[in-house]
Amino acid sequence: MLDIIKRRVRDRRIETEPLAILRQQGCTRAPMADSRCDLCGDCVKACPASAITIEDDWIIDTGRCLFCGDCVPACPKASISLSAELPAVSQRSSLVLRRNSTLPELKIQLRDEVRQVLGRSLAIREVDAGSCNGCEVEVNSLSNPIYDLERFGIKIVASPRHADMLLVTGPVTRNMLPALLKTYQATPEPRLVAAMGTCAISGGPFGGTYAAGSGVAEVLPVDIFIPGCPPHPRTVVLALLEALGRLQVT
Amino acid sequence: MAMTTAEVVDRLEHETGNALTTVPAGERDRAIEVPLSSFNGMIRSLCAEDEAVISSLHACDDRDSGGSLALYCVLTSRKWNGALILTAPTGGQYPSLTPFIYSANWYEREIQDMFGIRAEGHPDPRPLVLYDTWPEGTYPLRKDFPADTKVPLASSPYPFKVVEGDGVFEVPVGPVHAGVIEPGHFRFSIAGEPILNLEIRLGYLHRGVEKMLEAASPSKALLMCERISGDNGVAHSLAYLQALESDTEVPEAIEYGRCALAELERIHNHLGDIAGLALDTAFSVPAAELYSVKEKMLRLNQRLTGHRLLWGVMKVGGMRDVFTPEAVDEVQRTLMEVGNETDALVQRMLNTPSYMDRAETTGRVGLKVAKDLRLVGPVSRASGVDADIRRDLPYAGYGKLSFRVPVRTEGDVLARMHVKAEEIKESISLIIESIDKMSGSRAPVDVTIPSKGVRVGIVESPRGEVLHALHFRDGRVIRHKVRDASFCNWPGIEQAVLGDIVPDFPLINKSFNLSYSGNDL
Repeated sequence: MLDIIKRRVRDRRIETEPLAILRQQGCTRAPMADSRCDLCGDCVKACPASAITIEDDWIIDTGRCLFCGDCVPACPKASISLSAELPAVSQRSSLVLRRNSTLPELKIQLRDEVRQVLGRSLAIREVDAGSCNGCEVEVNSLSNPIYDLERFGIKIVASPRHADMLLVTGPVTRNMLPALLKTYQATPEPRLVAAMGTCAISGGPFGGTYAAGSGVAEVLPVDIFIPGCPPHPRTVVLALLEALGRLQVT
Repeated sequence: MAMTTAEVVDRLEHETGNALTTVPAGERDRAIEVPLSSFNGMIRSLCAEDEAVISSLHACDDRDSGGSLALYCVLTSRKWNGALILTAPTGGQYPSLTPFIYSANWYEREIQDMFGIRAEGHPDPRPLVLYDTWPEGTYPLRKDFPADTKVPLASSPYPFKVVEGDGVFEVPVGPVHAGVIEPGHFRFSIAGEPILNLEIRLGYLHRGVEKMLEAASPSKALLMCERISGDNGVAHSLAYLQALESDTEVPEAIEYGRCALAELERIHNHLGDIAGLALDTAFSVPAAELYSVKEKMLRLNQRLTGHRLLWGVMKVGGMRDVFTPEAVDEVQRTLMEVGNETDALVQRMLNTPSYMDRAETTGRVGLKVAKDLRLVGPVSRASGVDADIRRDLPYAGYGKLSFRVPVRTEGDVLARMHVKAEEIKESISLIIESIDKMSGSRAPVDVTIPSKGVRVGIVESPRGEVLHALHFRDGRVIRHKVRDASFCNWPGIEQAVLGDIVPDFPLINKSFNLSYSGNDL
């Protein structure tokens, strides 16, 4: 016993992150162009995800972005930096940003009746519908002692019948579609759907093939879009707390 | 001393009395064309005489350049210094290898799904990926099948194996599981508690990876490779680059840097696996602590590279310069901490009778089964197979790095844990040694894309041997074969659970920790 206490004192451990730290350090960083951008289009050619387009303005769809950073060195004016700390949003269109954009606010609108039923807690069932398992690594991180999702009354449950929300990853493959729909049907109403990660939001690098769709919103009504490839656990925690209306309180 | 693959080809020519046509395959490997009639026989005799194993069996649609639907078999052996690739044209069918070499089983089923090339005499010709809703005659990897084809829904029920007898029950599990894991269907036949049979049906995550890779530019393909099986993204991108850069000299510092990156990936994977074993035996305290140690690694990855899973660092012809002198101090310090903490936690698990009771003798795989199924990686090494691509066919900087390959013989959950715990130690010293050896230019080089032939990249991922085979024509990739370690190891679980009880399945599954997305592609 004494050994254990000694070790606790000696070891430098990572401690559970207080909410204040979580809020300060969102962590899914998207590229953003500043006013030096002259719309030359070099970044469009460099982007392997076809996330950047140039029309009358520089436009990036952070729901397609793979966050590889290839656009940063491609810009001859050095106008692009990975500076945009993306929050989760409730409208897909909020993930499309323009040059010098102010970032979308972390503001998730749920239907009133959903909020009333849920109160302050949330039970989540995760469904992998074609993910590469990168998102699963981070969903599992949510349960580690550092992010410790359960301290907020948010639980990952074993059955959709116990769930308030489906957290869906992947572009939705043809072979997973029936299982995803059955899981949705098994979730009691009012039920929420969150699309986590680039694949779930837009299909990602393998979306739109003979075997995979272009995101969860094609087949289910999505309430929350959580950007990232994969999204940082902090981004997910904040999204869930915001959805429950618990960020204003603190 | 290992035989060169050129010597093997000479011997084959001598034996057959014919000159063999070779296909360009890079410096170390050899590819030869053989008639379909001697394809099987040659593979069987190489496996018998040289202890060769099948590292990949796949097809390529060469019809639009006057060829045929061709088979490619990539053989490796501890006795050779490279891979030997045999290719034979088919007219849509060939005699199955599976009755003689069991490890050909899933490959032949996959070829049948993807190309419609039939393995005559295959003992289990059911579809592997395209079942339930896929119409007959859907062959996605043929060249006349566009990647975005809208395939109509059909009804083709999948015949599961049925075990009959008094008191035999079926327990179907998945594809959506209770835990946060990837989807797959497990069908247990049980009598009381013990498992009589387990049938695993995967394919739920089939995204069309290989089809999409064919159309991608090298830099895009690299990002896609990172997302084939996300937690093994470094290994897959490295295997791809080994194949793509086989005609290019990459600076030494880059080669070492890539090794360091691959070992960082191995550490967080193995930590997660061992934590999972504690979790699945309801041993919550070490589980929580090990997950904290894993988080420490993910955070180190993030500070070092900007990405918790190390994606986006590997580049065609180089890598981002992440091992700067300032970073190196932190890497070393964190690795020391992680090493010490992991040791202590593993010891605590090993000193706890309730854990040992669950792990010892559970989920056994014997040496013969491991060899017949051709299991790879830590799973095979826990069953007495002394094989590690890093040592046996060195790539990147591994040839000049020193490390041990831990091997156990018990073949149970505990042995797999021991192997992974030992490998974490080796990885830590490998990282420190390879960063230390990074001298000279770190600038990326231009890559000479091979104009024709086939190139193979084989690396040791955290789960074992990963293979990427690139087929070139006119300087473009026309076929990109991906074979994850999990594809070899899944059939191992079906064997490991036999005689164990259903509640031990999650533990056995965790001790294998296979990728579903890497398998399903």
